[in-house]
Amino acid sequence: MATFTLPKNSKIQPGKTWPAQQGAKRIKRVEVYRYDPESGENPRVDVFEIDLDRCAPMVLDALLLIKNEIDPTLAFRRSCREGVCGSCSMNIDGHNTLACTKPMEDCSDVIRIYPLPHLQVVKDLVPDMTHFYAQYASIKPWIVTQTPAPADRERLQSKEERSKLDGLVECIMCASCSTSCPSYWWNGDRYLGPAVLLQAYRWIADSRDETTGERLDELEDPFKLYRCHTIMNCTDTCPKGLNPAKAIAEIKKLLIERQK
Amino acid sequence: MNYQTPLARVRGLGSARQGSHDWWMQRVSAIALLPLSLWLAAYLSILPNVTYEQVIRWISLPWNTVLLLSFILLSLYHAMLGLQVVIEDYVHNDWMKLLGTLGIRLVTAFLTLSTVFSVLHIVFLGGHG
Repeated sequence: MATFTLPKNSKIQPGKTWPAQQGAKRIKRVEVYRYDPESGENPRVDVFEIDLDRCAPMVLDALLLIKNEIDPTLAFRRSCREGVCGSCSMNIDGHNTLACTKPMEDCSDVIRIYPLPHLQVVKDLVPDMTHFYAQYASIKPWIVTQTPAPADRERLQSKEERSKLDGLVECIMCASCSTSCPSYWWNGDRYLGPAVLLQAYRWIADSRDETTGERLDELEDPFKLYRCHTIMNCTDTCPKGLNPAKAIAEIKKLLIERQK
Repeated sequence: MNYQTPLARVRGLGSARQGSHDWWMQRVSAIALLPLSLWLAAYLSILPNVTYEQVIRWISLPWNTVLLLSFILLSLYHAMLGLQVVIEDYVHNDWMKLLGTLGIRLVTAFLTLSTVFSVLHIVFLGGHG
């Protein structure tokens, strides 16, 4: 059966509290999930009091302040700090999003930060993305053609053809959507999930690709595709404002269309 | 030990090349059931005020028979598809999944046969005997 409760060794305990420095005026309480598999201890939630006057505005800035000045053992991924690389996706205030583009102003009084849901945790806020990336590789996220490229130019695409890729190529594979999807929680071993299906549709919709039929063949499966029940958590949570649920619906439409 | 690569694990046994039909029929039956359910609900609501003989006569009217049989076939087919999705979503043990899907098919098939038989029995034998 699907697992609805955490196993014993994953139950979260209260952790350490790091009070704000003396003289701090605008204090923000930040609760952060901590887990170190090498310690053998259960995960815990540490409380950090941040002096907002000494911190830049985003949630990622608070995490960097914690790591640089309070507790250097805190582990999380980050790179571009401007919503382009997708590394710092995590669960903030119950929503999967990017820490770098989430202003602390928009968070609740206490900011609660957890790793992306329902993935194995490597350490603290770092989840294991191996399976997610393997699923991405399985949809062959590159152009496949039989016709050789023209010798003197790139493969052409009209403005209308290119516009079909709008809302798809902006995806940064942060996995916020897939890990917010209950179907992906229960059947993530076989269900490809919204992020990978959006990427699959990105190549189906590309006018230059010559394997649309084969791509649809590969997706036509009760588990790979049809575990999507249009729950729409994916669209609700996408930090880039994209609509993976619509991309999945387009795939389903094409699968019906080719039978008519 | 499992030395398969993550990609090999994801590819598994490959695509089943099916699922679209069930998905499509679930939607089609849902849309067809909308007017049928309203029609049936309207008549069920007046059931407390009518006699047994009136109900038998009502079921035997050709339009009512056809619509009632449509409702029975579509709703049980829709229920079967829906329950199958629930099993696929939540039951991960292979033999329980097999038993569940088979069980759902057998039970809905039995219910379909017995309800269709009941309606035909009423229509052709007037609900007696």
